[in-house]
Amino acid sequence: MNLLAFNLPFVVLLPFIGAIFAAWSARFNRLAAAWVSGFIALSALVTLIPSAYQVFSGQTILQSWDWIPAIGLYFSFRLDGLALLFALLILVIGILVIFYARYYLAAKDSMGRFFAYLLMFMGSMLGIVLSENLIQLVVFWELTSITSFLLISYWQHRKEARQGARMALAITGAGGLALLAGVLLLGNVVGSYQLTDVLASGNLVRNSPLYLPILGLILLGVFTKSAQFPFHFWLPHAMAAPTPVSAYLHSATMVKAGIFLLARFFPILSGTPEWSWLVGGAGMITLIIGAYTAFFKHDLKGLLAYSTISHLGLITLLFGFGTQMAAVAAIFHIINHATFKASLFMVAGIIDHETGSRDMRKLNGLIKYMPHTAFLAIIASAAMAGVPLLNGFLSKEMFFEQAVTASQASHSAWMIPILVTIGGVLSVAYSIRFIHDVFFNGEPINLPKIPHEPPRFMKIPVDLLVIICLAVGIFPNLTVAPLLEIAVAGTLQSAPPHYSLAIWHGLTPALIMSLIALTGGILFYFLRHRLFKFYDQHFRQIDARHFFNIVMNNLFSIANAVTHRFDKGSLQNASAWIVFSALFFTAYGFAIQDTPLFGERPMLPVDAISLMLAIGLMLTSIVLVFIHRQRLLTLIVIGMIGLVLSLTFVKFSAPDLALTQLSIEVVTIILLLLALYFLPQATPKEIGKMRLWRDGILAVLSGVGITLYTLAVLTRDYQTIADYFLANSVTGGGGSNVVNVILVDFRGFDTLGEITVLALAGLGVFAMLQNMKLPAPKNDIEGRLWSNDSHPLIMQTFTRLLLPLMIMVAIFIFLRGHNLPGGGFIAGLIASVALIVQYLSNGIHLTSEHFKVNMNWAIGLGLLIAVTTGLVAMGIGFPFLTSAFTHLNWPIVGEFEVASAIAFDLGVFLVVVGATVMSLVQLGRLSFASHHPKAKEQK
Amino acid sequence: MELLVALSIGALTASGVFLTLRARTFPVVLGLTLLAYAVNLFLFAMGRLTIGLPPIIDPAQGQYADPLPQALVLTAIVIAFGMTAFLIVLALKARAELGNDHVDGLNLAKDEASLDHTLPPRKPQKQAGKTI
Repeated sequence: MNLLAFNLPFVVLLPFIGAIFAAWSARFNRLAAAWVSGFIALSALVTLIPSAYQVFSGQTILQSWDWIPAIGLYFSFRLDGLALLFALLILVIGILVIFYARYYLAAKDSMGRFFAYLLMFMGSMLGIVLSENLIQLVVFWELTSITSFLLISYWQHRKEARQGARMALAITGAGGLALLAGVLLLGNVVGSYQLTDVLASGNLVRNSPLYLPILGLILLGVFTKSAQFPFHFWLPHAMAAPTPVSAYLHSATMVKAGIFLLARFFPILSGTPEWSWLVGGAGMITLIIGAYTAFFKHDLKGLLAYSTISHLGLITLLFGFGTQMAAVAAIFHIINHATFKASLFMVAGIIDHETGSRDMRKLNGLIKYMPHTAFLAIIASAAMAGVPLLNGFLSKEMFFEQAVTASQASHSAWMIPILVTIGGVLSVAYSIRFIHDVFFNGEPINLPKIPHEPPRFMKIPVDLLVIICLAVGIFPNLTVAPLLEIAVAGTLQSAPPHYSLAIWHGLTPALIMSLIALTGGILFYFLRHRLFKFYDQHFRQIDARHFFNIVMNNLFSIANAVTHRFDKGSLQNASAWIVFSALFFTAYGFAIQDTPLFGERPMLPVDAISLMLAIGLMLTSIVLVFIHRQRLLTLIVIGMIGLVLSLTFVKFSAPDLALTQLSIEVVTIILLLLALYFLPQATPKEIGKMRLWRDGILAVLSGVGITLYTLAVLTRDYQTIADYFLANSVTGGGGSNVVNVILVDFRGFDTLGEITVLALAGLGVFAMLQNMKLPAPKNDIEGRLWSNDSHPLIMQTFTRLLLPLMIMVAIFIFLRGHNLPGGGFIAGLIASVALIVQYLSNGIHLTSEHFKVNMNWAIGLGLLIAVTTGLVAMGIGFPFLTSAFTHLNWPIVGEFEVASAIAFDLGVFLVVVGATVMSLVQLGRLSFASHHPKAKEQK
Repeated sequence: MELLVALSIGALTASGVFLTLRARTFPVVLGLTLLAYAVNLFLFAMGRLTIGLPPIIDPAQGQYADPLPQALVLTAIVIAFGMTAFLIVLALKARAELGNDHVDGLNLAKDEASLDHTLPPRKPQKQAGKTI
C-alpha cells in the first residue's frame, strides 16, 4: 500500500492521539510529557514531508473518504502550497515551542496537562489548514477556539487568565458560528463543500445574490480569529497564558488561521469593491491602532500583543488590496512575522522567567546580565522594524510598494501610502522601545530576581528562529523562494505573478517610505516621555474590554431575568411549566390542522372482562390521587395497576411484555418498600388550594389530551416496517420469537445501549448509597414499634427449597427466549426475583456468605460479553453485532438451534441481574445498618 | 376496545401528572412510575391492538401483532425500573443530606400543614423568651 495515499489524516490525528500519551506519561516523569510531545510533533512532520515533494513539483494532493455524502460531508484532506506552508509553520514552530516550554514551565505546573492541550491545539490547527471539506474545516476551527481557551486558562488560579480565556472563547466562538453560517451559504451556492469545487466557482459566488452575506459572515469569522478591529481586544487579554502559548497560538499560528482563510478564499471572494472596503478597511484601522497602542504598553507581552495585532492588520490590508502581487507580499509577511514574532515572545518569556517582571519601567540595562539574549532580541526586533538585511525588511518593502500601487487605483486612495508610512513609523518606534527600554537605558529597578542568562537550551529555539530571520533577509532566493512560490500558487490557484526578492531595487518610493519610517520611528521614540504623558491623559481610559463587559453583563442579566421569570427555585413550579408548555404547544399544533381528529379504522369489540378491568384501572388511578398521602397504601395500589397492565399485554398478544411487566412489578414494589422505610410514612397535607387546583386542571387536561391523541392514532390505519422483521426472523435471525430476535439481532445495537443505561443506573445507585447514613424510624405511622424478629423460619425453609426451582425457570425462560416468549431480559428479572427472595428471607449477611458474587462484576461481565459478541462478528468481517446460527443434532436432546445471539442475550441477562439485585441489596444493607449500627461499626 | 385503552392511558397520565407535581419526593417517584406505565402502554398501542396473534412465527398463524413496538416497550419497561431505582435512591440521598423529603429541600413549606407525629423528631428548638 502506498503511504502517500493516506498520510494526511495521520498528520492531523497524530497530535490528538499523542495528547493522550503526553498526559499519561506525565504521571511517571514530568519531563516525559515534553519528550513525548516533541516526538509526536516530529513524527507528524516526518509523515508530512514525503508529500511535500509532490507539492513542490506542482501537484495538489487530495485524500478523501466518505463520511455522510448525502449532506456533502466528506472526511477529506488537501495539501497544496498554501496548506503546506501553514502546516510547516505549525509543526516547525510547534516543535521549537515544545522544546522551549520544557524549560519554561515551573516545577509546580502540570506538564501533562499543558502538553496535552498544546498537542490537541496543534492537531486542530493542522486540521484547519489541511481540510478539503469546508464543514470539516469549521469543526477544526472550533476546536482551536476550545483548545486555545484551555491553554489561556492554563494557570486556572489566576483571575486574569480565566477572564482572558473566557473573552477569547466568547469572541472567537461567536466568530466560528458566523463562519459556519457563511460556509453553509457558500456550500449552498456552489453545490458542494469540497474546496476543489468551491475554488473553481469564483465567478458563480461573486455574482450570486448571497455574495454579500457570505462575505460578511466569513469575514466575521476571520476578523474575530485574527484579532482585527473591532474584535482585536481579546488578544492582549489572552496574554495571560504562559508565554510559550503566546508565542505559538497568539502570534505564529492560531491568529493566522483567520489570515489563512483570507488566503484560502482569496481567489473566489476577492476582487470586488466590498472585499476591498471591508478587508482593506479593517486591516488599515487595525494596523494603525495596533502599532499606536503597542508603543504605549509598559508590559513586555502587551507591547508584543498589540504589535501582533498591527502586523495581522498589515497582512489583512495586503489581502484587501486584492491584487496578485499584494497576495505575494501577504504570504511572505506571514512567514516572516511568524519567525521574528515567535522569537520575540520567547525572549519576553526568558526575561520574565529570569527577572520575575515584564514591566518595562523596571526592566533596564539587561544587556549586562544577559548579553546573548539581548543580541537575539536586537536582531528579531530589527526584523520587526524592517531594517535592511533582515526578513522583515523584504516583506515590508513589498508592502510599501503595494500601498503605492494601490494609491494609483482611485482618486480617494492617495491616503494609503501616508497611512501605511505612519504605521511604519510607529512600528519602528515600538521596536526600538522593546530594545532600548529593556536592554539599555540605565539600571534595573527593584526586580524580584537578579537577572542572569537562561539555561543554554532554552535559547536554542530562539537561536534557530533568529538564524532564519537572517538567512531569509540576506539570501531570500536561496532559502524562502521555493516555498513562497508554491504557497502563492496555492493561494491564487494559478501561476504566481513575476516578482523579485532582491534586497536592492534602486531608489524606489518604497525605499523612501522605509527610510521615512526608520528616521520617523527614532524621532518618535526620543519624544516618548512627552508622548506617554499625552497618552495617559487622553487614551488610557479607552479600553474595548469595558464595552465587552457591558455587553456581556447585559446579556447575563437578560438571561437571568428570563430564567427567574420561570424558575423560582421550586421544582413544582418548573414541572408545572413543563407540563403546561407541552399541553399548550400540542393543543396549538392540533388546532391549526383541519383534518378530522379521528380516523375510519373499525374498533375491536369490547368484552365484559376487559371492560371491568379497564374501569377498575381508571377508578384506581383516580382514587390514587385522593389517597396519595398514605404512602404504603398508594404503593399497594400501584402494584395492582402494574398487574392489570401485564394482563393488558396478555390480552393484546404481547406475552413477552406481560412477563417483563410482571417480574418488574415485583422488583419495583420491593424496592419502593425498602426505600419507604427511610422516608416519612405519610405526606403532609398541602394547604395551598390554588396550587392543588392548578395541578388538578393540568393533570385532567393532560389525561384528556393523551386519550384523544391515542384514539386519534388507534382509529387510523398505518404502514409498519415490521413486515421485514416478521419475514426474516426465522431465516435471518434463527428464531421464531420476533420480539426477541429484534432485541438481540435486528436492533442489537439499541439493546446494547439500553443495557448500558441500565448498568449505569445500577452503578449510580451503588455510588449514591456508599457511606450514606439515614436514621431509621423506631415506630410506624400508627406508633407501633418495628418488629425485631429475626427472619421467619417457615419462609426461610420454603424459599431455600424454591431457589433451585426458580433458577431453573429462569434458565428455561432464557433458553427458549429465541423461539418462544422469554429471553435475557425476562430471565434476568426472574433470576433477580429468586435472589432477592433469598435476601429477604435469610437476611443480607447470611445470603452474602453463601452467595459470593459481586454484582458490580456481573454488570461488567455482562456488558463485556455483549460487546465481545459484536466485536467477534466485526472480526470475521461482518458489521458490528451480526449474529449467526446453526442447527445441532445431539443424542437424546434431538435437533436444536444455536444462535450466536444467545451470547448477546447472556450479556443482557447478566446486566439485568446485576443492576436489579445490586440496587435492592444495597438498599437492604442500608436498612440493616440502620438497625444494627454497632454491627456495622464492628465490621 | 380502543376507547377503553385510550381512557386507561388518559387516567394513568392524569394521575401520574398530578402526583409528579407534588411537593414530596415519594409521590413524585410514584407519579413518574405511573407516567412510565402510561407511556409504555401508549407506545405499545402505536402498533394497534390485536387479539390472539402473538408475534411468534407459526406456520398455522397467518397474521401477527406488530413486534416492533413490543420490542421497544420491553426495554422501556426495564429502563423505567432503572430510572425508578435511581430516582428513589436520589430521594433517599436528598433526605440523608438535607434531613427532609421536600423536592426543594425545605423542611416544611409554607403551604403545608404540620405533620409532626409522622416526621422524625426534629431537633429541639431553643425558645426565644426562655431565660434562666
